[in-house]
Amino acid sequence: MAKPATDALVLDMAEMELREVNSALQGASGNETAFQLVNPRGSHAVAVGLDAPIEVTVKGSTGYYCAGMNKQATVHVEGSVGPGVAENMMSGTVVIDGDASQYAGATGHGGLLVVKGNASSRCGISMKGIDIVVHGNIGHMSAFMAQKGNLVVLGNAGDALGDSLYEARLFVRGEVKSLGADCIEKEMRPEHLEILADLLDRAGADAKPEEFKRYGSARKLYNFNIDHADEY
Amino acid sequence: MKDIPQTEPRQSWTFSNETNSEIRRAAQTGIYDIRGGGAKRRVPHFDDLLFLGASMSRYPLEGYREKCETGVTLGTRFAKKPIELKIPITIAGMSFGSLSGPAKEALGRGATMAGTSTTTGDGGMTEEERGHSEKLVYQYLPSRYGMNPDDLRRADAIEVVVGQGAKPGGGGMLLGQKITERVAGMRDLPVGIDQRSACRHPDWTGPDDLEIKILELREITGWEKPIYIKVGGARPYYDVALSVKAGADVIVLDGMQGGTAATQDVFIEHVGQPTLACIRPAVKALQDLGMHRKVQLVVSGGIRTGADVAKALALGADAVSIGTAALVALGDNDPKWEDEYRKLGTTTGAYDDWHEGRDPAGITTQDPELMARLDPVEAGRRLRNYLNVLTLECQTLARACGKSHVHNLEPEDLCALTMEAAAMAQVPLAGTDWYPGKPGF
Repeated sequence: MAKPATDALVLDMAEMELREVNSALQGASGNETAFQLVNPRGSHAVAVGLDAPIEVTVKGSTGYYCAGMNKQATVHVEGSVGPGVAENMMSGTVVIDGDASQYAGATGHGGLLVVKGNASSRCGISMKGIDIVVHGNIGHMSAFMAQKGNLVVLGNAGDALGDSLYEARLFVRGEVKSLGADCIEKEMRPEHLEILADLLDRAGADAKPEEFKRYGSARKLYNFNIDHADEY
Repeated sequence: MKDIPQTEPRQSWTFSNETNSEIRRAAQTGIYDIRGGGAKRRVPHFDDLLFLGASMSRYPLEGYREKCETGVTLGTRFAKKPIELKIPITIAGMSFGSLSGPAKEALGRGATMAGTSTTTGDGGMTEEERGHSEKLVYQYLPSRYGMNPDDLRRADAIEVVVGQGAKPGGGGMLLGQKITERVAGMRDLPVGIDQRSACRHPDWTGPDDLEIKILELREITGWEKPIYIKVGGARPYYDVALSVKAGADVIVLDGMQGGTAATQDVFIEHVGQPTLACIRPAVKALQDLGMHRKVQLVVSGGIRTGADVAKALALGADAVSIGTAALVALGDNDPKWEDEYRKLGTTTGAYDDWHEGRDPAGITTQDPELMARLDPVEAGRRLRNYLNVLTLECQTLARACGKSHVHNLEPEDLCALTMEAAAMAQVPLAGTDWYPGKPGF
């Protein structure tokens, strides 16, 4: 480990094992608050299980589950990420400069995930309170069974957006190829514009809230009804 | 005409009264029947096996004098902190939401007194069970309800649930009647709605992905916790082999008699294999990979007696897990509630509408008045007693076979009463040295 000019502690994954890197981050004390991970080389499970207000910059692309179950920490990936980035995040911020593969932000309970490129299929699947802002497009089946939180998409959404949606709010600026079962377009009220403006600001997104449409649950599948059997 | 003898009215075997009642129910309601519990149909089971016992060629151990060990260590492959249990019987995963808080507490109390572990279920970890369970396995389920890294670290082991015996390939459902504010809050969903648990995990597909998911879980928990993988009894040879490949420390294999809180009856009765049929293929997979006893095998689904425990161990399991039997020990389906079961249109022993939340015994409910009927201290004591009896029975049989540890029981100690059981357990049909499929015949 060496100190760069920025005072961030450098963790070189070409020289350190994954366990050493994650141990250093998970055990960060008050003295070290900034870390730089170099040579991530697509490694899986990088910077997972963090639970301190530290800042981690990943200089390159990662594999599966980068920043999984993050709490408090800010993780900035200067590259793209594999499946399941920030899965089950509790709090903190994760920013991806490039693209994100499947399941970005899956089951996240809190915090903010920003993808500056595109996100693949099932973005925000089963999200439970996380906020996700995607500057580009998202793939099919995104926000499937999404329970709580906000998914903001500046580009387009693929097939079956918000299928079997619960109470999560979906905001899309571009085209939606199709809506999933029980997902409908809803009125954009002032409180939604306010939420959207805040998220766009925090995500550094150059867009106006008024350009978006809001989608949410029709709540017709909340209790089984034989007359809705075709939707199941 | 009146002098002509009449034949007795003949009921159809195909269209029995029970079958016809289901047809009428379906026609009236338009929805499949949902219930709790496991398969009720008769399938080949441990009752179809017998121990041979010691004789001229085997030397028994003295029943009350010579030791027969029962301890088991789970998670010796990768975990820094394997779980040490005094008995080879664990409590299976059952969710808070499906069960009441006092029921979870009682399970924790009973298991801890007996020296074994309990398991969470869908819906997250409650203080009732963490506080009263010395050893607690935290289930990692597709829904991820209540999942968080703090509870992962508070757990003694993590069980990745791929499937369960009652419904291999199926998800779960907790009906709105049981979704109180507390249950809803833990699951991040509105009060009173039907809560679905997905049948697949949201962020991995297949064993290659699961291997990476397990890496993540180990990294989050410092490689301390044993990682279990739970599979339903579908294709046990391949499911076990792939679980080993994915990095499991422990494999939990749940046959079709294993219970559920709520699933379609058609699913429970028509999907999956009997527990008895699953064990030998699973053990063979471990043996073929050189991992038998290195990756521990826990078998569940219809374990009721110490004989069941001993037979599962003899077929190669390292431990068993009980769910339905534990609930009965707590007081589920007790005859003292017969009047109330009658009012619900059922009877003692047959009550399985656990999903409706009206359990007279106060176990599978979130109704405060019903919940109050279960004294967690007394119920925990009953479970402790029951677990002790299972252990004593298992030891009795093991000693009779000359074994100083219950793990020394082996297929050679068994014979089968039926052709089906002989084929499934791969032990000789009683009175022969043959079983269907035996090599060389």
